[in-house]
Amino acid sequence: MAEKFSGKKFSGKTVYSGITMGKVLILRKDPQIRRVKIADPEAEKERVYGAVDRAKQQLAALYEKAVKEVGESSAAIFEVHQMMLEDDDYLDAICHMIQTEMINAEYAVSVTGDNFAGMFAGMEDEYMQARAADVRDISVRLVRNLSGQEEVDFSAMEPSVIVADDLSPSETVQMDKKRILAFVTVHGSTNSHTAILARMMNIPALIGVPMDLSEIRTGMTAIVDGAAGEVIFEPTEFQCSEAERKIKGEQEKLRLLQELKGKRNETRDGRTIQIYANIGSVSDVGYVLENDAGGIGLFRSEFLYLGRDDFPSEEEQFQAYKQVVQTMGQKKVIIRTLDIGADKQADYFDLGKEENPALGYRAIRICLKQPEIFRTQIRALLRAAAYGNLSVMYPMVISVEEVKQIYAFVEEVEQELKQAQIPYRIPEQGIMIETPAAVMISDELAELVDFFSIGTNDLTQYTLAIDRQNQKLEDFYDPHHKAILRMIRMVVENAHKCGKWAGICGELGADLELTREFLDLGVDELSVAPPMVLKVREKVRGI
Amino acid sequence: MKEFTYVITDQEGIHARPAGELVKLAKEFTSSVCVLKEGKKADAKKVFGLMGLGVKKGMEITVQAEGEDEEAAAAALEKFLKENL
Repeated sequence: MAEKFSGKKFSGKTVYSGITMGKVLILRKDPQIRRVKIADPEAEKERVYGAVDRAKQQLAALYEKAVKEVGESSAAIFEVHQMMLEDDDYLDAICHMIQTEMINAEYAVSVTGDNFAGMFAGMEDEYMQARAADVRDISVRLVRNLSGQEEVDFSAMEPSVIVADDLSPSETVQMDKKRILAFVTVHGSTNSHTAILARMMNIPALIGVPMDLSEIRTGMTAIVDGAAGEVIFEPTEFQCSEAERKIKGEQEKLRLLQELKGKRNETRDGRTIQIYANIGSVSDVGYVLENDAGGIGLFRSEFLYLGRDDFPSEEEQFQAYKQVVQTMGQKKVIIRTLDIGADKQADYFDLGKEENPALGYRAIRICLKQPEIFRTQIRALLRAAAYGNLSVMYPMVISVEEVKQIYAFVEEVEQELKQAQIPYRIPEQGIMIETPAAVMISDELAELVDFFSIGTNDLTQYTLAIDRQNQKLEDFYDPHHKAILRMIRMVVENAHKCGKWAGICGELGADLELTREFLDLGVDELSVAPPMVLKVREKVRGI
Repeated sequence: MKEFTYVITDQEGIHARPAGELVKLAKEFTSSVCVLKEGKKADAKKVFGLMGLGVKKGMEITVQAEGEDEEAAAAALEKFLKENL
């Protein structure tokens, strides 16, 4: 097997570049289940009870770990899974099937799981439909326990290249982040949780890799080359030495970059630019400081809302924002209000299916339509602003009226806080420029707001009318399209006319081929993934 | 038998987490506890059955407790519903 596989190369879509070599760790989802006749149904039932007990212990441990790492409300799902395992109907159905059909526990669990999942999937309510996945999840766990394919013990894991069909947040949370060398998945999107994690952790990641997982084994050696968009399993000696050479080169580059810490973002002719970092959670602040970013240019607050089954409370949000601004001291922290919808979904929002989600009910539109959601967040932000250099930024704005509506709402919240004598501060308020509409009226918007931050991912998608997830369109997609650069020029000029500043927080901000152009256009700030901060600084200092 | 009705005010209805908590509470009593919605009936000690009712905001449910500690069970469940759902 290994011989035949030697040096097998697959190409995928790069989420984050970098190169690494290490042992493969496969995370498999569905073990193969066969229907087997048995002679002793009592013994088979005992096996089920044993598997249930172990599953409860595993879930209790997962819950404890998740509480520490992602907070109690995100961890609650593991508690719900434990309760599902205690459900009499579920266990009775399994035992009944073993008894009457004289079949093995694995098969009975799997069929019962499908039946219960089918019940939820058939319900009208979308939230309940999503619970079908929970039922499947506990059934898979039981089958794994029954068939001896216990879960990988991540605490004992050696540094590994994680290979999987796809990865869910509940899987990544279990891993010790220090022991992940790379992610390689068959499915997944560039905006997935895994993708964001990879960018934050500065490790190579490939998605959409057309590999057959049944041919790959845990313990194989793999080279993941993010820059080339390639993974090689069981590399040849030549491939290994090539990779080692590249890895050395990267390490040397990283070492040199470290020397740029504490240095200014200044060109040889004395022009400066702010380089901030993008983050998605409180725990990412460590990466910001480690990479010497001048501030946080984009805190994606929606990650407080994702991967859980209820809205985060005002207190929970307040604590998260406060912790970030306090940790950052005097440095600026720009928090973007909830940007959910389109490719970022949480079941409990109950947003419904849309023909065209990118042009749909999302971001500020949800907040303006459902003020009860917006109020909680604005209260938390205003309160946290009292503790540091916090700014607020609103996504997907297309009109002056929307800004006025937002300001009126903030004023309303301010009055509430004032009356309740809760400490607060009105922060600097800006908007994302991510629609052609906002670009065209940026002269009028600049009079109202304190700053602009250009979200180039959406702006490019809307301007070029190209869905970036659609691989057929790759030949048409030009991230450096003149239209985008002209728009950036227009936005920056309009901001400066009103004495306001303008930055870029989309992926384009980290595009080193454009750094010089951005400086020439007068862009005031670039907000990039933490590991890119020093790379952009290096580029600026060379201009 | 003790019985009372309650109208759900929670935005999401009886979803996974509160359903689990309700089951935990119902199991503390020896009485049998049922939840009825639009003619459908579920054992309040079974989380799948309870979630399967698909109870949403604005719906009226009837809770029935029957057994030795039915008084206490009904009172505890009513308090839980008012505080959480």
